[in-house]
Amino acid sequence: MPTYTLTVNGRRRAVTAAADTPLLWVLRESLGMTGTKFGCGGGFCGACMVHLDGAAVHSCQVPVADAAHHRVTTIEGLSEAGTHPVQRAWIEEDVVQCGYCQSGQIMSAAALLAGKPHPSDADIDAAMNGNICRCGTYQRLRAAIHRAAGDAPAARGGQ
Amino acid sequence: MNAPGTMARRDFLSVVAFAGSGLVLGVHVPTRRRDGAPDAPGAEFAPNAFVRVATDGTVTVVIGYSEMGQGILTALPMLVAEELEVDPATIRFEQGPAADEYKNPLFGLQATGGSSTVRGMWEPMRRAGAAAREMLLAAAAARWSVPRSDLVAANGTVTHGSSGRRASYGSLTQAASKQTVPTDVALKPASAWKVLGRRMKRLDSLPKVTGRAQFGLDVRVPGMLVAVVARCPVFGGRATHFEATAARAVPGVRHVVESPSGVAVVADGYWAALKGREALSVTWDEGATAAQSSDAIRARWVQLAQQPGITARHEGQGADALAAAARRLDAVYEAPYLAHATMEPMNCTARVTAGAVEVWAPTQFQGVNKQLAAQIAGVPESAVQIHTTLLGGGFGRRAEQDFLVEAVSISKAVGAPVKVVYSREDDIQHDFYRPAVYNVLAAGLDAAGNPVAWTHRSVSSSILARFFPQMFHDGKDENAYEGAADIPYAIPNIHVDWIRDEPGVPVGFWRSVGSSHTAWVKESFLDEIAAASHTDPLELRRRLLGASHSPSAPRLLGALNAAAERAGWGTAPPAGRARGLAVHESFGSFVAEVAEVSLGGDGTPVVHRVVCAVDCGQIVNPLTIEAQMQSAIVYGLSAALHGAITIDKGRVVQTNFNDYAPLRMAEMPRVEVFIVPSTEGPGGVGEPGTPPIAPAVCNALFALTGKRVRRLPIRPEDLQG
Ligand code: FES
Ligand code: FES
Repeated sequence: MPTYTLTVNGRRRAVTAAADTPLLWVLRESLGMTGTKFGCGGGFCGACMVHLDGAAVHSCQVPVADAAHHRVTTIEGLSEAGTHPVQRAWIEEDVVQCGYCQSGQIMSAAALLAGKPHPSDADIDAAMNGNICRCGTYQRLRAAIHRAAGDAPAARGGQ
Repeated sequence: MNAPGTMARRDFLSVVAFAGSGLVLGVHVPTRRRDGAPDAPGAEFAPNAFVRVATDGTVTVVIGYSEMGQGILTALPMLVAEELEVDPATIRFEQGPAADEYKNPLFGLQATGGSSTVRGMWEPMRRAGAAAREMLLAAAAARWSVPRSDLVAANGTVTHGSSGRRASYGSLTQAASKQTVPTDVALKPASAWKVLGRRMKRLDSLPKVTGRAQFGLDVRVPGMLVAVVARCPVFGGRATHFEATAARAVPGVRHVVESPSGVAVVADGYWAALKGREALSVTWDEGATAAQSSDAIRARWVQLAQQPGITARHEGQGADALAAAARRLDAVYEAPYLAHATMEPMNCTARVTAGAVEVWAPTQFQGVNKQLAAQIAGVPESAVQIHTTLLGGGFGRRAEQDFLVEAVSISKAVGAPVKVVYSREDDIQHDFYRPAVYNVLAAGLDAAGNPVAWTHRSVSSSILARFFPQMFHDGKDENAYEGAADIPYAIPNIHVDWIRDEPGVPVGFWRSVGSSHTAWVKESFLDEIAAASHTDPLELRRRLLGASHSPSAPRLLGALNAAAERAGWGTAPPAGRARGLAVHESFGSFVAEVAEVSLGGDGTPVVHRVVCAVDCGQIVNPLTIEAQMQSAIVYGLSAALHGAITIDKGRVVQTNFNDYAPLRMAEMPRVEVFIVPSTEGPGGVGEPGTPPIAPAVCNALFALTGKRVRRLPIRPEDLQG
């Protein structure tokens, strides 16, 4: 099996894997970074969201061969101790329930805010619609994104 | 080959047969856990199975139940903190083992389901905290030679009122360990509560926002292999032959073995196992239901519903009163099979060694897991350890044992630790589904339009007959008609009956169980009566609850009035929108919801706003209750708008989130939750928000379009003229 060199959270890592192995499984199984989640394997749910050169992508849809030579950021690389503004806002708004989708939600939200520091509700709908939450945390997710953006509660949709 | 697919069920039944004895245990606080660390001098203070105080004062609460999002890792520490007099935010929690000490007194099993954890542990957890507090106080009293009554415990410290002497809990652990465990400590009255009822943020957020939280799929055991199982696509079928040469040739594939449910491909990782399964060729004996379809099941149920079923409720003249009524309404309501589709697909890790089994599972049913693992591995139960991981959603799916049976069997077969992983397709196509239900209703109205007769016959499969056969008596399964048989409205003649039919599609507990469909049927048909008698739906419910003898009626009415008032019932909704309401009791709680809807440009329903009023008795944490109401509403709305599992050629048609679609962000209505103050005992919180949402939305769509939705999910064509 071929060997690939990946840059994950700023560290260069060599992995041996079949070329078509999705980046998701390389992260989770070869590198033992289980913060990135498997939800559907089909690009439908967003649980596996990571950043590739800063853009949010479904890691279940990216073969490892295509990820080589790109910068990969996972939830583990967002901050050391949960201090990224999105993570802090998530804690403040008490967003998580089971928590399984939340790595993906956070990576999507972080990418949204990086490109659009003050997203509207419509921006949030568009950017977050690829992330399913079966626990139904959407209302608090929305509030947390507005909070992370530093926007006043009056600008927020929902409670 | 022997018959894969049958072993899991057979073993499970025999296990449950001895697992389910003893329904209610008295409220007691078990003594410390058997596998706890031995007491060493100066060691921590562990007065019971739930609480430990370390020498540095750190309080750890041991949780014997499953955290699947509902917030028990926060609620149970809050219960302990209230009596132990410590800041709940400083409490650590630890997942307890499968052990008798953690049986939920509500049903005498170690399991998480039926919205039961806070209800069952409301008293034991507080008693555990109170017992620990009293022993710490007694230790301080002895140390200072002062009466216990002169001491105050607060914020992790014992203080002597007149001298001002203070001792931290940590400094008292050794002395406290020597005190006798008190048996009857009085619990604080509600008026003295400082923690219960407080809006407290979750204690498990940090690991969940940093990716450090360990779910079942994240378990790694040295030498572990990953198994993907080829299961017969038709329920009840079995493998007769398999050809594995190509599968074995996939790099990384180590074993291809029979498993109780089919053929397992065991590899170094998930991707290799999945590719191995694709390369595998299995010949199936698809069994008796290979030609079955949802349409054929429905056609049979239409016929079956013409005969009487088993009576679930009979009042007055029952159906005979229909003939005497001035006017009669008839309707058929149809609800589909539904998958659970937890966010984390099913999985389980097992390590079977000579004489012992260790299991890591996202499970809702530890008690039975242990017995079953012992049975499969051929070891005594004492040689089985069950580690409960975090659950990426449960909703009833993880009360099942299929994943555990596979993991233990395959680990035993290959002689290595094995993690069984379901693909999302496996998860959706091999579920234990919310039963599909065919309902026939009739109502008789008097000349003034008042309902005088109500009949409701339903046809569906039994969950209990498979899951708890020892509780399935006289052909009755209350799960099938709960919420229908106990219709609370003052109608003098009522007849509710049920016909069981088993087309072979496995059915199981799905968030709110029977009420997930009965609330929709009951509250929709009542709305039909309101429309037929030109009565406001709120007024009709007020009248029928006001005159009801049901003990639930006052609390249903309270929730109904609260939701209606906050939703502005009776005032004009925004242009293009209409409102509908529904109210329902389940799991000891009373929930009313008002939905505000419109139709989108393409004729699909849009739910803008849901006002939810919940009376769940005395409460632990309003933040959790609000979250669970939102969650339950989204779960029910996903099903009402999109959810259907259909059967064709004996197999499930749907495959993944593209064709079994949950609600997404852009569809999320604004949900406003109001908690009705109550001094009653605590009710459930995880499930009761689900039942009212489908009828509230369907009733709103009727108000908007004049079209009555009588089959789910809601189809745009059913809303057109
Ligand atoms: S796992 Fe990648 S989108 Fe669902
Ligand atoms: S928090 Fe459970 S799936 Fe989103």
